[in-house]
Amino acid sequence: MENVRNNPAENVDDKPLIIADTIFNNRFFLGTGKFKSKQELETCIKKTGIEIVTVALRRIDLERHEENILEYIPHSVKLLVNTSGARNAEEAIRIARISKEAGYGNWVKIEIMNDSKYLLPDNNETIKATEILSKEGFVVLPYMFPDLYAARELVKAGAATVMPLGSFIGSNQGLKAEEFIKVLINEIDLPIIVDAGIGSPSQAAYAMEIGADAVLVNTAIATASDPVSIARAFSLAVEAGRLAYLGKLPKEKNKGNASSPLSGFLYE
Amino acid sequence: MKIIINGKEKQLLGPNNLANAIKESCTDPEHVISEVNGKIIRSENWENFSLQENDKIELVTFVGGG
Repeated sequence: MENVRNNPAENVDDKPLIIADTIFNNRFFLGTGKFKSKQELETCIKKTGIEIVTVALRRIDLERHEENILEYIPHSVKLLVNTSGARNAEEAIRIARISKEAGYGNWVKIEIMNDSKYLLPDNNETIKATEILSKEGFVVLPYMFPDLYAARELVKAGAATVMPLGSFIGSNQGLKAEEFIKVLINEIDLPIIVDAGIGSPSQAAYAMEIGADAVLVNTAIATASDPVSIARAFSLAVEAGRLAYLGKLPKEKNKGNASSPLSGFLYE
Repeated sequence: MKIIINGKEKQLLGPNNLANAIKESCTDPEHVISEVNGKIIRSENWENFSLQENDKIELVTFVGGG
């Protein structure tokens, strides 16, 4: 039997994910926060063939020396700068501009929150930031609460993808917003990347089965006892979910349906 | 000369340029992004960028983030 795990594209009629003319063969995106060891992060990236990671921008702690995370991210991996910490469009725009000016590219994940309990993204401010940064030539991937009207505004504002949350960020609750994510998958003509709340490989596989174009995972991997094993499990799950989506799973039925032929029984 | 780096006052010991201020403040200037009074100064210009008393310098870099 052929091994489909290493190169599913050769076995199934799939198209690569294209974001702003960049081709991604791997639909598993990794967030780099909360890793206890940067070496482990590097191993996760290498073992799973990750092609894009998010990083955040912060003031340097002048009191202690820490090795920079960029030392552990291979140069071939695309950096997606996250505007986390921004409380409004203006702050997010500043982070994006600093990063671009400093020579770290024009890809930005807009993440704007001004609620410290639920950490929900502010869709209105996100739309504003997306519009301004897209006009400046940024490739904008906005993290958002899965609302159809907001997603349509993001499309108009020039977003390159839409990144709805699965559930509360860092909660590991999975796809609590499933029905609303499905609406975006059906109605929005941009790649849908489920971001936030995915807590297990099965949840990631399910997101892909229902038609998400990619998933972004961070906490579930970074805070696991063995992040490398969990990253590999997520990688396989994303691939499995994608294959299941492409293969068009049959619908659920509410009664029994025999798998074996119902004729030619031995007692006939 | 007194400058303010990441919100804290600092006396510069060596030359009054941005490259030296960064050298005196952090051990690894690689991947450091600097703003002086709200304006980003790219690393190739640090050496020639003269600082004034009370200039506000922000030194930022990338960290892990989702």
